[in-house]
Amino acid sequence: MSEIRRRDPRREWIARNRLHPEHASVLADLGGIGGGAASEWLGPNGVIRKNPHAIGFIGPNGVKRIDRSGAQQGGHAVGATRQAVQDSRRQVEIPEPAFLVAVVPDMTGGRLSGHDKDLLGLARRLADADPERPGAVLAVIFGQHKGEGGGELKEQAFGEAGIDRLLHLSDDAYAGFAPEARLAALTAVERELAPRHWLLPDSPLGGADLGRRLALRLGEGRDERPATGVWQLEADTEAPLGWRCTARGAAESLDIQRPLPRVALALAECAEPVDETRHAAAPVSLAETIPSAFSRIEDLGQVAVDPAGVALAEAEFILSGGNGVKDWEGFHHAAKVLGATEGASRVAVDDGFMARHRQVGATGTWVTARVYLAVGISGAIQHLQGIQTCDKVVAINLDPGCDMIKRADLAVIGDSGEILAALVAMVEQQRGGQRDAA
Amino acid sequence: MRPEQQGIEVAVLVSVGRHPITGRARRADQDARGLEMALGLERQLPGSRVSLLHAGPRSEEGEAALRGYLGMAAGAGMAAGAGMGLDTLTLLEQAEGSDAIPALAEHLAAAPPQLVITGARAERGEGSGLLPYALAERLGWPLVNGLAAVEKVENGVAILLQALPRGQRRRLKVRLPAIVSVDAAAPVARQSAFGPARRAELEVTPVAAQPDRALAEWQLAPARKRPKRLKIVKAASARDRFKAAAAKAEGGSGQVLEGVSAEQGAEAILKLLNEEGVLR
Repeated sequence: MSEIRRRDPRREWIARNRLHPEHASVLADLGGIGGGAASEWLGPNGVIRKNPHAIGFIGPNGVKRIDRSGAQQGGHAVGATRQAVQDSRRQVEIPEPAFLVAVVPDMTGGRLSGHDKDLLGLARRLADADPERPGAVLAVIFGQHKGEGGGELKEQAFGEAGIDRLLHLSDDAYAGFAPEARLAALTAVERELAPRHWLLPDSPLGGADLGRRLALRLGEGRDERPATGVWQLEADTEAPLGWRCTARGAAESLDIQRPLPRVALALAECAEPVDETRHAAAPVSLAETIPSAFSRIEDLGQVAVDPAGVALAEAEFILSGGNGVKDWEGFHHAAKVLGATEGASRVAVDDGFMARHRQVGATGTWVTARVYLAVGISGAIQHLQGIQTCDKVVAINLDPGCDMIKRADLAVIGDSGEILAALVAMVEQQRGGQRDAA
Repeated sequence: MRPEQQGIEVAVLVSVGRHPITGRARRADQDARGLEMALGLERQLPGSRVSLLHAGPRSEEGEAALRGYLGMAAGAGMAAGAGMGLDTLTLLEQAEGSDAIPALAEHLAAAPPQLVITGARAERGEGSGLLPYALAERLGWPLVNGLAAVEKVENGVAILLQALPRGQRRRLKVRLPAIVSVDAAAPVARQSAFGPARRAELEVTPVAAQPDRALAEWQLAPARKRPKRLKIVKAASARDRFKAAAAKAEGGSGQVLEGVSAEQGAEAILKLLNEEGVLR
């Protein structure tokens, strides 16, 4: 039955006749899938027919462009190729690792930072050096974490960073500055899992402190000093662990070449982050309970810092205003209530609404904020350069087509003054509610 | 008032620094900040005593650098009219290339001060920043790094302000004796006066030196410039490579709220701010 091809000569004729009023719809039918006109279909004799007029897409200048690389078919395929790029990662499972490489990432703001990802890349180099006997990368994570979304996606983000085993310790005791509790947990990991390498980021955020404490605790009785400021690693069969490292010393003025010790603190960009493989990130847990450490250091919590006194380049949360801001009083009030450092675009500075040292962008300050709230800024390329390294950008603007909206993770189209006022009211209400509850 | 209860013993560990451009010996920046903090504490708690401690070889150049610390006390002590414990510096003399940690630990254990202030990292030698941690481990004292200020000291408990990245501060309560290390977040050190620095004395105590064997085995070289990371584009086709090189960053992933009321928009923003935890 199915071998007999039914022909509809009339429809074929319409498909050939570009001037026929039903031409487009018939072509679409013949294509069978998608909304656009079909460019290829199986002819009645089993021969592939092509419609050269349906190939390609209309470019930005109204000229038809044909892309023969095969990557793009019409205007819809962009998402599909991106999907394909993501799926090209090779899935790696290491069921019986020969050894473990323990990594303690910083998890700034609950996410793997760039430094953490570099460090995991370094850990992968150590683990995968011998393909016959691969090691597994164990990540020890304290406190709450945010993935790139909810549910399984969290584990996926860890897996894509190169983590095979994930030990998540989410006790309240590890919150804030708790080096003694964290150290107790890490020594418990050492006792039970005995990883061959310990890698920590040499960052002032916590890795540098915790790593040095851990190194001295583990190195007790043995005469082995940890390597700090490691930025290069090479194989060396004479070294005890099979690796040599290059570390920075003496206020960045000295390179120290030495065998890699068990505990190493690595600088940012010490290795390329993992981008070709996806790992299991299988959760593990400790069999023994971690002894609660008696702490002589008590964390009394963060102190409210005057956000205006924080340097713009290192502020965590910036409220930035541009040409679209009309109510500057309201803007300053909003910055005060939100506890944000104020920034400005060049126009706002040139017009005299903000001081010159508040300017964000290529000619002003390059900021590194975690959250950048841009109010009435259209997003000139110089400004967008200045906010390249910001994690989350929120835009409030009247113009839905401006470049800032394209860059933003969340964009609200509307009058900036009203939205800021509503935001301020909500924040005040939220704080008031908390105070009542407390 | 009970002055005998108020004052505390502070030991500041100082090292010979290295000027980043000329390479000459100078007072180390972080250690000088530590001493500045100790002098501030002396003003805050009258009756406190600050002592300076250095372990290392004795040399002409190093001595000049160490006298730089002694020149810092002149103005403060005179103005406050308090007893200054800063006209001498204890120098634990060791041979070149020996380990400073055992000597310092022994000296501190023999006459334990209540607070030990050090810089986070040395400007010469290994400069790994391990010394305060090693001392804390040996003496069994708590350690706080990245100190910005000492707020209060009473009844053997100190309230400290720790500097976090991004200009944030955290308040900590630490039981004394403790070791604290300061870095660039601490207040800038005052100038050093030359005359008092010349007149001050170095109290030299020779101590048994343990050679630092590990450091001798390593290869030291002037720092090479680190290679800049290249933006590597892994693309299968010429088209992808061209796009990666030429294309402007396109958003696409962002959420755009159009035609919503101001309240709805503000609510969405508030949700994001709460998720990121930037509201305090």
